[in-house]
Amino acid sequence: MHKGYAIELANVVKRFGEVAAVDHVTLQIHDGEFFSLLGPSGCGKTTTLRMIAGFEYPSGGELMIHGRPMATVPPHHRPVNTVFQSYALFPHMTVAQNVAFGLKMKRVPRAELGARVQAALDMVRLAGFAERYPRQMSGGQQQRVALARALVNQPEVLLLDEPLGALDQKLRKEMQLELKSLQHRVGITFIFVTHDQEEALTMSDRIAVMNQGKVLQVGTPTEIYERPTCKFVADFIGETNFIEGKVVEQSDEYATIQTPDGLQLRGYTPRPVNLGEAATLSLRPEKARLVLPSHARPDDAFTMPVHVEMITYIGSDTRITVRLNEGRTLDVWEQNTLSTLDRNAYWQPGEAAVLVCPPANALVLTE
Amino acid sequence: MALSSFEREQQRREQRRLMALLAPGMFWLLVFFLLPLLVILVYSFLTNGPRGNLVWQPTLQNYVDLFTQASYVNAYVRSLWISVLTTLFALLLGYPLALFIVKQPPRARLVLLILVLIPFWTNFLVRIYAWQIILANNGLINTTLGTLGLPTLFLLNTEGATLLGLVYGELPFMVLPIYAALDRFDFTLMEAGADLGASKWRAFWHIMLPMTMPGVAAGAVLVFIPTVGQFVVSELLGGAKVDYIGNLIQRLFLRSNPPNWPLGSAMSTVMMVVLLGFILLYFRSTTEEDR
Repeated sequence: MHKGYAIELANVVKRFGEVAAVDHVTLQIHDGEFFSLLGPSGCGKTTTLRMIAGFEYPSGGELMIHGRPMATVPPHHRPVNTVFQSYALFPHMTVAQNVAFGLKMKRVPRAELGARVQAALDMVRLAGFAERYPRQMSGGQQQRVALARALVNQPEVLLLDEPLGALDQKLRKEMQLELKSLQHRVGITFIFVTHDQEEALTMSDRIAVMNQGKVLQVGTPTEIYERPTCKFVADFIGETNFIEGKVVEQSDEYATIQTPDGLQLRGYTPRPVNLGEAATLSLRPEKARLVLPSHARPDDAFTMPVHVEMITYIGSDTRITVRLNEGRTLDVWEQNTLSTLDRNAYWQPGEAAVLVCPPANALVLTE
Repeated sequence: MALSSFEREQQRREQRRLMALLAPGMFWLLVFFLLPLLVILVYSFLTNGPRGNLVWQPTLQNYVDLFTQASYVNAYVRSLWISVLTTLFALLLGYPLALFIVKQPPRARLVLLILVLIPFWTNFLVRIYAWQIILANNGLINTTLGTLGLPTLFLLNTEGATLLGLVYGELPFMVLPIYAALDRFDFTLMEAGADLGASKWRAFWHIMLPMTMPGVAAGAVLVFIPTVGQFVVSELLGGAKVDYIGNLIQRLFLRSNPPNWPLGSAMSTVMMVVLLGFILLYFRSTTEEDR
């Protein structure tokens, strides 16, 4: 196996009774990477993290940390530290004692210990809080104590289990950026578990999207969002419109599907498709445009005559629901680039329009 | 901040309601608990008559006897010592048992908790007699040993038997408070400990034990205090060979001829003062935890 990986999972399986919580997961996580495990609850992301931490042993497969087999090494002998979802701070210890715990367990000399605890608290901007107890601190502060307590041990890999889940929206955004910049400064590999796709996109170098114990796709945020390789990923990350059909034409990396109503729609194929195969066109609402019927040009990849049905103004965007002649509705988002109070400058309900989309903006996916 | 007249009226009503709720219990404790205690305290300063009758002549002689006669002092020391041992063994057996129960799935927990409590459905005295049957020279253990061709053991009427009976009787009182503390304990903290490099044993020592200390302390108090004054177990299983403070008090009140209530009262008073000291220590430690 490759020595350059911080974490390597090869066909890792974890069964609880009959259920495979993690089903043949293979992952390579680079040194210094901010790597996210993203998926809905019960997808196996937390179990995967817990196996890396050592709280669960795999039922099968190989797990390596910097090339060393780890599958059955107990957690207290692993070079990783965890930030728990509930923080799991020791309530009977002060902040300083919490942070010092890992060093104490490793019998770090007292003089060095004090300095390292102080440095860790400085790093998370809690220098003045050393003598407080966790219960005297806010959720965001406890979160930072948990970070300091883990990072003070200089782990090879830091594991974060939905650490921002309990914070309110504003604090969450702040902590996202803070975590990201912290990771840059310390240069440690972060493995971040989350069910929040926006959070994963914001923070990660790479993301593994999981569902039902399997890794569906691994890629950069851009790849995951712009080139999802399956319907689940397209649906789970961001918003999208799905249109079902059959592949009627296929060339290079593009394919055309035909809907039951005879509409022909062309899009990019992240994975090869076969003629005649059932396929789905995924069209993100911000990637399509609405134009007046007279403005449609034949060189657009596809055009769909539609009627504007509902218009929702949300500040930065206007979200327009349009109805196809056959009855199905699609969402299209337009950025409000014009600053005007005159809503007549925009679409009106009932208006006829044409939805246009260049082929690179739509994806043809099979499952 | 100044309270409005409405708020003050509300407070007064609230106080009256609390007093009404408190009154019956207060009355009960006053008449049936505090008053007898006062009687004992008064008796302890009186003189015993030649036929065991009370002579209303104040004296400190009872207390002087108590602290100067070796047999009395020894009884105190012995009682405290066997109570320490009982508490220790109950803790060493009770903590793992409570931990084992907490770790079970909910249904099994309930069953195990009921099993811990089942002995309470039978009278304590009966259960101690049962131990006699088990430990006796021709009892269960020795008959079994005999049929196996092994040498028999002298078990009943030893201090070991007393200790066994005490630990047996007091174990539930240790298990239950520790169970309650462990039930509230967040076991994620043990994972956090392991994650930070603590072996199972060190995580227990630095995290689980300190956090469940209130349960341990409560259990220790519940076991220690009744054990200091007990007389039944040492009488029935220990063969009344050595005197514990409870045996002495019982004898002075009920068995000696003539009885000596003043001395018995003095012994009770001293025992209560000692125990009160332990309880204060306990409260001190728990309130410090809460701070």
